[in-house]
Amino acid sequence: MIPDMAATPGGRAATAPRDLRRDRDGGMVGGVCAGLGKRLQVDPLLLRIVFAATTLASGVGLVAYVLAWILLPAEQAGAATKSGSGRRATVEVALGVGFLLLAILLAFRELGLPFSDLLIWPLLLVAAGGALIWHRSTDTAAPAAAVPPPRAALTGSPPAAVEGATAGESRPAVISRIGIGVTLVIAAAIVFLQFSGALAAATDVALAALVAVIALGVIFAPWFVRLLTSLAAERAERIRSQERAEVAAHLHDSVLQTLALVQKRAGDPRAVAALARRQERELRSWLSGAPARETGERWLAAALESAAQEIEEGHGVAVDVVAVGDARLDRAGEALIGAAREAMLNAAKFGGGGAVAVYAEAGDERLQVFVRDRGQGFDPAAVPADRRGVRESIVGRMERHGGRAAIHASPGGGTEVELVLERGTP
Amino acid sequence: MSVSPAMPRVVLVDDHELFRAGVRAELDGLVDVVGDAATVAQAVATIRECEPDVVLLDVQMPDGGGLEVIRQLVPVDPGVRFLALSVSDAAEDVIAVIRAGARGYVTKTISGTELADAVRRVHGGDAVFSPRLAGFVLDAFAGSSPARPGGREAAAAGGRGSIPDHDAELDGLTPREREVLQHIARGYMYKEIAHRLGISAKTVEAHVSAVLRKLQLSSRHELSRWAVQRRMLDES
Repeated sequence: MIPDMAATPGGRAATAPRDLRRDRDGGMVGGVCAGLGKRLQVDPLLLRIVFAATTLASGVGLVAYVLAWILLPAEQAGAATKSGSGRRATVEVALGVGFLLLAILLAFRELGLPFSDLLIWPLLLVAAGGALIWHRSTDTAAPAAAVPPPRAALTGSPPAAVEGATAGESRPAVISRIGIGVTLVIAAAIVFLQFSGALAAATDVALAALVAVIALGVIFAPWFVRLLTSLAAERAERIRSQERAEVAAHLHDSVLQTLALVQKRAGDPRAVAALARRQERELRSWLSGAPARETGERWLAAALESAAQEIEEGHGVAVDVVAVGDARLDRAGEALIGAAREAMLNAAKFGGGGAVAVYAEAGDERLQVFVRDRGQGFDPAAVPADRRGVRESIVGRMERHGGRAAIHASPGGGTEVELVLERGTP
Repeated sequence: MSVSPAMPRVVLVDDHELFRAGVRAELDGLVDVVGDAATVAQAVATIRECEPDVVLLDVQMPDGGGLEVIRQLVPVDPGVRFLALSVSDAAEDVIAVIRAGARGYVTKTISGTELADAVRRVHGGDAVFSPRLAGFVLDAFAGSSPARPGGREAAAAGGRGSIPDHDAELDGLTPREREVLQHIARGYMYKEIAHRLGISAKTVEAHVSAVLRKLQLSSRHELSRWAVQRRMLDES
């Protein structure tokens, strides 16, 4: 009630000084005078007197007040002020409409037209329709606009309002809102022309205009819809072609190169098989979208895969890796990989040429790697002490890092190296 | 492993002509390939006409792949058994086909004799788990606590009839089942697993069948972390 700038909640006046809003907290009816007063920095009491006087004199004050009530956005305590400029544009346009109406009213009064149904009903319709068109969803009634994006200033034509308002609410809602508003305004015009009679000739013009508008709508609606759908289709197509280009680039770098190599070395079945294996492995990891790790980090499954690939290429023996779970490798983990690699190497060398099976399991308590071949098998006890491969690089390495290695072998049944690393040890 | 005296009748479903020809040649004399099909619709028609013992089914095909074939056939012909054959390493594809009712999964790089053996085992009612599938399944059940330690042995060995009724029981593997799967993943044959664990080969098969059943019946469809990771791939 007291016009006090300093009392503005949240210091709104400081952040958005040009905002014109209804001040519902400080107001008596709709907060129009309080808001106006705050904006114009005059005592709202003064404005209230002006409104009251004009109301008593001709009713203009009341109409203007109601219009302002409808058109001015309410001030929201704690609301974001981001939309200040967009809202300001709306307010300016709304005010313009209000004053224009006021001017027309006054002009009519000067012409001696009484304030009868003739004027009141169309005015009500215009006000309601105009409010629907211009009134933003940023008002308290629509919390959806709590964080409205920046909007283009309204130019005064409904399509611009559609564009500007879409951000705050869903497109269909905006369109129906605008549609109702436009209908109301047009209805107001028709009603007024109908009642007045004096402008009977204008009815035909208005009708013609209405028909023209409807016809234009019918003509352009399909085009508009087509435009929207073609835009969406174009966008989807663009995304698709980008994906295609990415895939093509990858295939070119990998598969086509390998195929070229295969053709060159067609006489060497071992080389061809190795190339095919490597390409298969590479393509699989690409297709499965192996998780991007930070560079420099090594993970169990990936490290085993690359070790397997190395052995495969070096010895022409297929090494299949099956991993359950994964773990980041620390120093002990690297030792585990080293031992596993050595075991794969052994299996490739002495496993009789059959495929080598590698199974890794990363649990919460331990990391386990099994490397198995289907070779002749050997008696672990009979391994000579100078066979560093097994004793040193597998068993010794694991033990040095707090793990253990066991070799299961049975004559005729192949050999399996079991590597275990307990986790959770600091 | 019940090997029937006659060769199992097989229908081959794969959209790659070259691959079908290759498999036909490899299986020649080992199983009786009575028909093949290149599309889902063809496959359904051929299988209903030929009534094979086992269908070798490609996982990746247009129009829904092997999954769709199983979905369409299981209601009308529950007797036919499916063995999934794939180049895919996509765990969710493979698990989906197994869940739909396939009795096993092998990769396309498998040799002819191994494939014929797998067909015979599927025909005999066993599940065929390749090392990779065993890995997928262990991964899928990872993190789930082992179900009811007591009495599991009897339930698992007891046979195919007793279907676990608790979800909790379906959601986890027993320690023994894990052990069997780990051995499969490590590249052991059933016979070798039986020897190592000191149980009969029949019991190993019973464990594998129990795992298969859990996989198919478990309500824990989010069974896998990759299912969550790859939400974007549409998985119906």
